[in-house]
Parts: sequence; structure tokens; C-alpha cells
Amino acid sequence: MRRAAIIGVWLAVGAMGLAGQTAARPVRRVHALAQVQGVPAMPRFRFENFTTANGLPNDHVFSVLVDGDRVWAGTDNGLAVYENGNWKTYTTADGLAQRAVLTLALDKRTGDVWAGTMGGLSRISAGRIDTYTQLNSGLSNDVVYGVSVEGENVWVATAAGACRLNTRTGQWSLYNERNTPMAEIWAYAVSAAPDKVYYAVWGSGLLEFNQKTGAWDKWDDPDGENEMVVLKDQGLIHEITTSVSYVDNVVWVATYFGDSHYDGRNWHNFLTKDSGLPSNFTNTVRGIDRNRAWFGTDKGLAYYDGTNWAVYRPALDTGKPEMTVRDAQGKVTEIPVDTAPAHNYILGLDFQGRDIWVATAKGLSHGIYQP
Amino acid sequence: MKRLLTSGAICAAGLCVGLLWQRGMTEAYAQPAPTPEERYASPLELLLSPDGRLLYVLCQGADEVRVLNAATGVVLRTIPVGHVPRGFSFSADGRRLFVANSWDDTVTVIDTESGRVKATWGAGFEPSSVVEDRAGKTLYVADRIGNDIAVLDAATGEEKLTLEAGRGASYLTLSGDGSRLYATHVYPNPTPHRTPPKSEITVIDPTQARVVDRLTLPDVAGVFHVAISRDGRLGVAAELHPKNLVPLAHVEHGWAFVDTLTVFGADVGRSVEVPLDELDRYYALPFGVAISPDKSRIYVTHGGSDCVTVIDTKKMLSYIRAHPETFAEDLSASAHYVVARVAVGKNPRGLVLSRDGGRLYVANRLDDSISVLSTRENRVIQTIRLAGPEKVSALRRGEQTFYHAYAFQGQFGCSNCHIDSTFDGLQWDLEPDGFGKDIVDNRLIEDLRGTEPFKWNGGNPTLVKECGIRTETYFWRSQNFDDLRLTDLVVYVRSLPSRPNRFRAANGELTPAQERGRVIFNRVVDKLGQPIPRSNQCGSCHSGPKGTSQKSFDVGTGKAVDNSSLFDTPQLMSLALTAPYLHDGSAKSLEEIWTVYNPHDRHGRTNDLTKDELNDLVEYLRTR
Repeated sequence: MRRAAIIGVWLAVGAMGLAGQTAARPVRRVHALAQVQGVPAMPRFRFENFTTANGLPNDHVFSVLVDGDRVWAGTDNGLAVYENGNWKTYTTADGLAQRAVLTLALDKRTGDVWAGTMGGLSRISAGRIDTYTQLNSGLSNDVVYGVSVEGENVWVATAAGACRLNTRTGQWSLYNERNTPMAEIWAYAVSAAPDKVYYAVWGSGLLEFNQKTGAWDKWDDPDGENEMVVLKDQGLIHEITTSVSYVDNVVWVATYFGDSHYDGRNWHNFLTKDSGLPSNFTNTVRGIDRNRAWFGTDKGLAYYDGTNWAVYRPALDTGKPEMTVRDAQGKVTEIPVDTAPAHNYILGLDFQGRDIWVATAKGLSHGIYQP
Repeated sequence: MKRLLTSGAICAAGLCVGLLWQRGMTEAYAQPAPTPEERYASPLELLLSPDGRLLYVLCQGADEVRVLNAATGVVLRTIPVGHVPRGFSFSADGRRLFVANSWDDTVTVIDTESGRVKATWGAGFEPSSVVEDRAGKTLYVADRIGNDIAVLDAATGEEKLTLEAGRGASYLTLSGDGSRLYATHVYPNPTPHRTPPKSEITVIDPTQARVVDRLTLPDVAGVFHVAISRDGRLGVAAELHPKNLVPLAHVEHGWAFVDTLTVFGADVGRSVEVPLDELDRYYALPFGVAISPDKSRIYVTHGGSDCVTVIDTKKMLSYIRAHPETFAEDLSASAHYVVARVAVGKNPRGLVLSRDGGRLYVANRLDDSISVLSTRENRVIQTIRLAGPEKVSALRRGEQTFYHAYAFQGQFGCSNCHIDSTFDGLQWDLEPDGFGKDIVDNRLIEDLRGTEPFKWNGGNPTLVKECGIRTETYFWRSQNFDDLRLTDLVVYVRSLPSRPNRFRAANGELTPAQERGRVIFNRVVDKLGQPIPRSNQCGSCHSGPKGTSQKSFDVGTGKAVDNSSLFDTPQLMSLALTAPYLHDGSAKSLEEIWTVYNPHDRHGRTNDLTKDELNDLVEYLRTR
């Protein structure tokens, strides 16, 4: 039935193309397709992929960060920066804390880039690298999973809790089971804003720091340790949180068992069985605003516009480029595309205008927006 | 018998010096604190008004800006500013004068027409230089202790952000077209232990308030003023090139310092380090630098040699092009481009050229004068005396000695390693006991009373010995201080106050983290409930108001290259500023003292502490 519907759309598109007496190029077909009634208009991209074959130091890309025309890629073998069509790689020989760069954050005020690695935290400032480790600084642990910059503070998520570096005074503040409700100290991700800072703590749900009061709060899965979702929209979807994104007073949370959205009053959760999420196993989430977000899963890249879903990936069976759109009624439409992200296993993402950059387990992808 | 005679001679000399010391001290400390009228002006920096008629003099010792008739030297106006001003500049429209006050962390804003102070703004930790962008919207302030450039709203003084600079960020220069701002720093950036120092020129795009480049200065530690030619194609920075990896005792081989410039920009095509010294004569402490309007000449003040070097730019660039390899340590090079050395007053610092380049004004900090040079004749044609005490006090004489390059061939003086009477962030191989032996980290010399003995091995019981016999023997090589000069020097060194601690609240209250750290510092029982032996309690060795018991201990930090594992207990004042740590500077940070160099709890009981608690201890120590 689903295949029949897709074929029907294809036929319709082909007919439109012929009627317009234009060459039936794939991109045009896609453009026309979006106008077809019943198929939500979702962003489309032409993906250009980078690997070691064209300049990346390693295909395993953990993180990506856009700073204007520059794109930073945290790989398993160094930090690469793409500028003016060329890649340059920073390694431990340049002062980088460790070769595996797990997370990246930009200080938008200064342009400094903060890189969390498996062996410490590095700041890259106009080519100079300063490194902080658990031995030479107040950093709580050398395994840095997440970093976020807000004002003069750098917030860090590590394998031994959370911490904050005040770049003006040099003071480190540590947050862990001794002074927060953190049950586990495996802090996986952080998202900092002027009013609140959120930490995704693997096995300990979501932690909230109120910047004004200095108080910590905690959000847990109401189902507790139960792997079954009994109370779906009553709270965080799962304790094993992996990523968090705070935007427009809304917090988006990724877990390995589905994703959550919390607007300060209500929770709304997403599972593969009742949303367009391609997998419950989610590595990263980036909120665009209160309603829209991007999700990086082990089965592709997903976009949610508040109602509809789009998934971008190499097809799980054939590996061919694939884009699907799921509407509010749950109807899934396959959009013909020529390109897809380099791999289904998505670890990071960032935006460059309307373009998207995607860190995958097998390369870095530049999704060039197709109007 | 010979030994007895020697001992007797030493005793007699010690007694003699001791008596002189007492006399000097009495002279210095019996006097009441100087009134404002008695304070030396200590001119540090100069500016000329756009029309060239007014000479603005930043008087660091008097906490004033004095406005002089540039032609006659008559003082027209005196404007009080903040404490220990270190830098100043005009606004883009010339209607305001900004002054960076280093010891009270402020910028004074002066209306140039009325001469009145219009505002005083906070500006980071130890503001040392201040520059407004061409648009007149943003103010940049180099903070020496903050190691950053504070970016302020030029209308309100509100700090918008800070930019990471080199360690000890101190001097700023805007390019002629306003497109680039160059920042230098006086302490080297961190490098691995026992490797050559490294510094940078931080390049900022002032239109975006972003650091866009860092010119690396290898082998350089201590960078002062930078000048940019009017066409923006030539940049010149004055700096020190220390040779701290080989024994300083080899002064006669030229193994101490080279005084250099780094030359950069389109005219050069690369960054090149250019020596200023000669094979048998050194020109110590290059500080101020100016480029003539037609770019034909470069002028450099030498704070330790009381002179100005004049360089023929064309010859220098030709020499650079003919020598693609580094020649920073080739002291024969300067003969190819240095065209004059002009003697000026004591400790010349800032300098400024007249608009037409015909006159060069030089601020002589330690004799309260301004030398006016004819650049056509390369000679002093006028000396302007600034009002101040008539008498040169013992303290002042001591300061003059401190800043003068007394070493063999004028290679260096006290202030080479104690920059602006502080420290240099370097580790030195001081004594002739073999290469790489007994490496010692340089220490801050503020508020030294009650911290005796001196040297890391505690070998010098008094400053008289530290500054006198030891310095003469190992450093100066062929020069001795006469007794009075030594006494004056000791008076000066002992007078150096401790700077304000930026990590402690003004009311002395500690933050919760600092208070927790204080408790750890003073604890007598470890976390397992076991008593900590008195010898292993932090507060035992680091006792008293200055954090030293004035005794030596073996805390397990000795290295195979050290002659002894017994080290003098260092004082803790201003500890946060003086990384790296331990006697040899092997600990890059306070944390490393315990995370790396205290495996057996001999340097205090710390291995029972959690990371949080260690951080608290560090926070407390930063308040000392």
C-alpha cells in the first residue's frame, strides 16, 4: 500500500515535468514533489561528504561546529577545520589535549573554539591552543563529553561530573553527587543559556541549574528504572540521557530510548512507534526553536517541524540515498534523492545558514540546502 | 690558616655591610611617607596632541598626567588619575584621554579640552594599556594580571567581553588605518619545562573585537611596545631574548640575554628577530619603539642602558633579506643597521615623535626628565625637568640601581628578570655547577620583609647577601656594587609592596570555596581521621602572614639534577600570579604541585582529597 502511494506520487511528478517541457532532473523532481498536495514541504539537501579521501584526518567524526565560513570537525584523529576549501588539522603536537575530539563549542563573543577530548579540554584561539586537564587544572575529569559557552563561563560535561570554568577569574567550580542531585556522575552533554544550564547525565536524567539562584533541579523518568514506558508524557522519557538542547525556554532531550521535549509545564516524548523518529537510540539533539528540532540517531538524521518528520540517510537495506517524510497522520512518503549523509550513525550536527553539517561514524556531511 | 683568614674577611665584610645596611634602612624608614609634593613624577609614557603643541606625560610615580607646552616644557595642567598608571592614549576624535591605572584596575577618562576627569571605569585585572578603535565605539584595555584584552563600550565603559591575550598582556598599538590592533605581553606563554620560552603578538580585528592572528615569537620572553608604520606595512616590537637554558654564570660568553626587535609586516614578508646589541656592548631592556613618518628610522629606548638606539630601516631590511636564516644571536649584525646610540636620562621608557618626525621626546622614568632629540642630528637638544623632589633619596637611588644593567658589558640588570620589579615567568640555570643542574624558578620580590632567607636553598640570609655578594659573584661577573649602592638597592627591594590581590574580596571575606580551602589548609586531621604530622600540615611550613616558616624542608620535590632536596619554604603572597611552581618551575599550575609532584604526601597530606577539595584548596591559595 505504501509503495503504491509512492509510485503514484512519482507518476504525478513525472507528468508535471513533462507538461513543463523541462529536463526531468532529480532535483527538479524533488522541488515539484514538495508542492504535491498531502506531502509536507520539508527541507531538502544535497549532501557533500568529506572523508580521509578528501582531507579529513579520520572518518570517525564525533562533533561538528560552524563558525561563519569555517567548519570545525572533531574526529578520532584530531581537530580539523575547513576554510576556503581546504582542511587543516590540529593534533596533540599542536597542543590539542588528545586526538579524539568528542565535542565542540564556540564562544560567539570571542570566536574561541572549545574542544572536549578523551584527554582534556582545549581552547583554540586564533591558532593558539591552551589545554586543561584534571592534573593541571580544576577540570573534574579528562574525558570531556560536552561543552557549552555562556558569557564568561565555560560549562563542561565530563565522565566525573559537571564543571564550570570562569574564564575571567580562572576559577573552576565542580558539580557532582556531593553538591547536586546527580545520582550518577557520567555527564554526557550540556546546554547553557543566560537563565539556565541543562546537563544530560547518563543514568541520571536531566539536571537543571538556575543561573540566578544557583540552585539545581533534577528531572527523572517517572517510570524509574523500568525500561517500559508506562507514563509516556508524564516526564523525561528515560534516565540514560545523551544530549540536551535548550532554546526558546524549551528543553529538548535525547536518550538511548527515545527523546523528550519540555516547555516548562508539559513534557512530550517521541518514540519510533508513534513519531517519525527513525530510532530511539539518539546520540544528539539540536532544538531550532520551541517546536522544531534535529535528531542524530543510529539510524539516520531526523528533522521534526512540530508536526511532520523528515529522515535523511543511506537506506538501511540498500545503502542508497534516502529521504522520507512522515506527516501528522503518520503517512510516510519517500522522496527521491541523489545524496544522503555519509552514514546512518549520526553523532553531531550544526547549521550554516540553511545548510546543515552532520558528523557521522563514517565521514562528515555538508547538507547544502536546496530551495 | 688560609681558611681562617678567609672566614675573618667574610665576617668583617659581613659586619661592614650589615652596618651599612642598618644605616641605609634607618635613613629610608625613618622618613615619613612622602607627601604628594614629594613623590617623584617617574614619567613613563608620552603623547603629543594632534597639533603637536601639547606634550602629555604619564607620571607613574605621582599618579598624574601632566600637560606641557611641547616647545618650552612648561607645565600647563596637572590631572590626577588612578594608582600606578601604566598606559594612556587619545580617543579617535582626540577629545578624550584614556589612562590605564594598573593598581586600582580602572581607566580614567579625561576631557582633553577642560582637563577634567569625566569618568572612571573598571577594566579588568591590572590595566596596562588602553586604545580606542577608529570608530570611537569600543575601548580595548590590556590587562597584565588578567592576561587578556578587555573590550569596553567606549561611551559607557561597560565591559562587553574579554579576549585571550598573551601572559602579562601589557601594550596595545592600533595600526594607522585602524584595521588591526596589536597586543604584546611581558611574561612568556607557558611552554614545556626546560624548553625555550615563547611569546606572541596578538593581532585583533577591532571592527569585530576578535583575535584574528597570533604572531609567534620563538625564544622571546618579555615583549614591550610595538610600533606600526603609518602605511601599515612595517611592525616593530621591542623585546628580550633570554638564554635561560644554559648557566647564567657564562655571562662572559654572552649567555644571558640578547636585546632584540621582532620586525614583521608586508615590508618584511615574515617575522624576523633582529638583535640590537654589539659584540662587546649590550643595550639592555628595549622598551619603547617608534618609526619615523617616512619609515627611514626606527627608534628604541633602552631602560637598562639609558640610551636610544637609532636604526636605518632600509639597511635593516636589506640585511634581513640577505640573511634568510635566523640571526637573533649574531651580535655582529647590528653594526649593519644601527646608526646611532644617543645617551638620554635614567631608565628611558616611552617615546613619541613629532608629527614631522623632526623631534623625538623620551620619558626618562628614573630621573624625572624628558629628553628632546633632534632626529636630524641624533643628539639631545633639550632636557625638560619635571617637578618633583629635589633630593634623590636612598629609595630612588636603589630603584635606579635596580633598573640599570650592571652586568658585564652592560648585559642586564635586576629588572631583566624582575620585570617592573616582579618576576619573569622563567626558570634559570643560575650557577656554574654544570649544564641543567640546580634549575630554579624565578620568584616574585614583593613584600619581602619576613621572608628571609633567600634563594631556593635558603643560602642567603639577608637581602644584602642576596643582592650583593651573590649577585656580584654569579651575575655581574666583573662589576661590584659599592657599599652605599648596595644599601640603596636593598632599601628599594625591601620597599616593594605587595600588589592588591584580585582573587580576594575587598572586605577580606572568603567565598564558600575559598573558606573550604582555608579549612583544608589549616586541618590537622586527614579525612580518614588520622592526625596529620605537624611537619606535613600546610600551615606548618607555610605559616605566618606571608605563608613561610622561613625554614628549609625536603618535601620530596627534589630532582636528580638538584644538589640538595632541601628547599626554602616560599612565601605565598600573590601566588596566583607566579606560575609555574616548585623550586624548578616543573609544576605548570598549582594543581600539579599535588596531582603530579606529591605522590607520597611529603609535600603536605593531600592524597586523601577529592578533586573538589583540591580545587577548594587552590581557590584559597589564590587569595594569599
